[in-house]
Amino acid sequence: MQSGNTKYIWELLNSVPDPEIPVISVVELGVVRDVTFKDNSFKICITPTYSGCPAVKTFTDDIKTCLVENGINNFKIELVYSPAWTTDWMSEKTKEKLKKFGIAPPAKVVLCPLCSSQNTQLISEFGATACKAMHKCLDCLEPFEAFKCI
Amino acid sequence: MKDLYIYTLRIADCSLILGQRMCEWCSKGPTLEEDIALSNIGLDLFGQANGFYEYASKINGDKSADELAFKRNEREFFNFQISEQKNEHFGTTMVRNFLRDAFKYLFYTELKSSKDETLAALASKSIKEVKYHLRHSTNWVIRLGDGTNESNIKVQKSLDFLWQFTGEFFEMDEVDEKMLKKGIGVDNKRLKSEWDKIVNDTIDKAKLKKPKDGYMATGSKKGIHTEHLGLLLAEMQYLPRAYPDAKW
Repeated sequence: MQSGNTKYIWELLNSVPDPEIPVISVVELGVVRDVTFKDNSFKICITPTYSGCPAVKTFTDDIKTCLVENGINNFKIELVYSPAWTTDWMSEKTKEKLKKFGIAPPAKVVLCPLCSSQNTQLISEFGATACKAMHKCLDCLEPFEAFKCI
Repeated sequence: MKDLYIYTLRIADCSLILGQRMCEWCSKGPTLEEDIALSNIGLDLFGQANGFYEYASKINGDKSADELAFKRNEREFFNFQISEQKNEHFGTTMVRNFLRDAFKYLFYTELKSSKDETLAALASKSIKEVKYHLRHSTNWVIRLGDGTNESNIKVQKSLDFLWQFTGEFFEMDEVDEKMLKKGIGVDNKRLKSEWDKIVNDTIDKAKLKKPKDGYMATGSKKGIHTEHLGLLLAEMQYLPRAYPDAKW
């Protein structure tokens, strides 16, 4: 794989799951920003969701492992901060996957991932991971996590 | 280069030290949600600090980001004195965070248009987080100030005590002036009126009284601190200093 086939790299990266939300890949989450090929080496730019996101180290290692396992050794991973990660980069398909997993996708009106009710309430702006907040459905009464819009 | 290094270090130190204070709340929060919230805020602050330390380390080169955090002494730290103040009760923690978050929100908003690309990028990342930290601390100040008679008295005391540490936000020393001139740094003085607006509005809503400007603490830009920083560093730096090659 010396030819610089960046499309193939994207495909491989799309098989690396997010360490905290394994139903979506690091590409779907939007943390892989760019893949380029120069001087016989791939450069993969990644960006953290939140500055202190502990998953960054994990998914950087996961990306390395995935590439090496597939016979790619000529790459480097660079952490970039600009443009800052935003939930706007998430596709509709990705949002649907989150919902199925029980996490309300980022949206202005947070819908209950279980009964789709709009009648939900924020319990805490902070959740089990930096990117999620805790909500409660006032119709089916289930507590759930929602992706914060940033 | 030295000025840019110091300028970057100051921003990093401020986040690191408050982040450490947030960690002290871990497992001691008043409710489970708040425990998680305070730890999350700490995590954001460490992330921000790390970004700025990495950059400082790149500029200067003789110390890694970790060494900057764990192998400098008290007088070599440049965080605002308000960041190192003790957590005391939850209300004091929230008032301290609120006063600081309001300033940081305005500061990062300005730093976003810095001519230094890395500082601008780090600021645009940090501002997203500071925005909801500010929302969180503001809501608590209002809730406690406009809560019971007892909670009002308690947070009023916190506010009266912490007020002396707010003067530092708006100071401009040589390094700040040079950075401002180069289009890299922020004009802290100019942020005062906006900060006053945010603070007045919240204090009103919280039914608190704005303290009068009296004695104002100063010195952190020169590495002068209150006694609390030394104790905080002793705990935070213990492990990497006792076991210098320890790996996670």
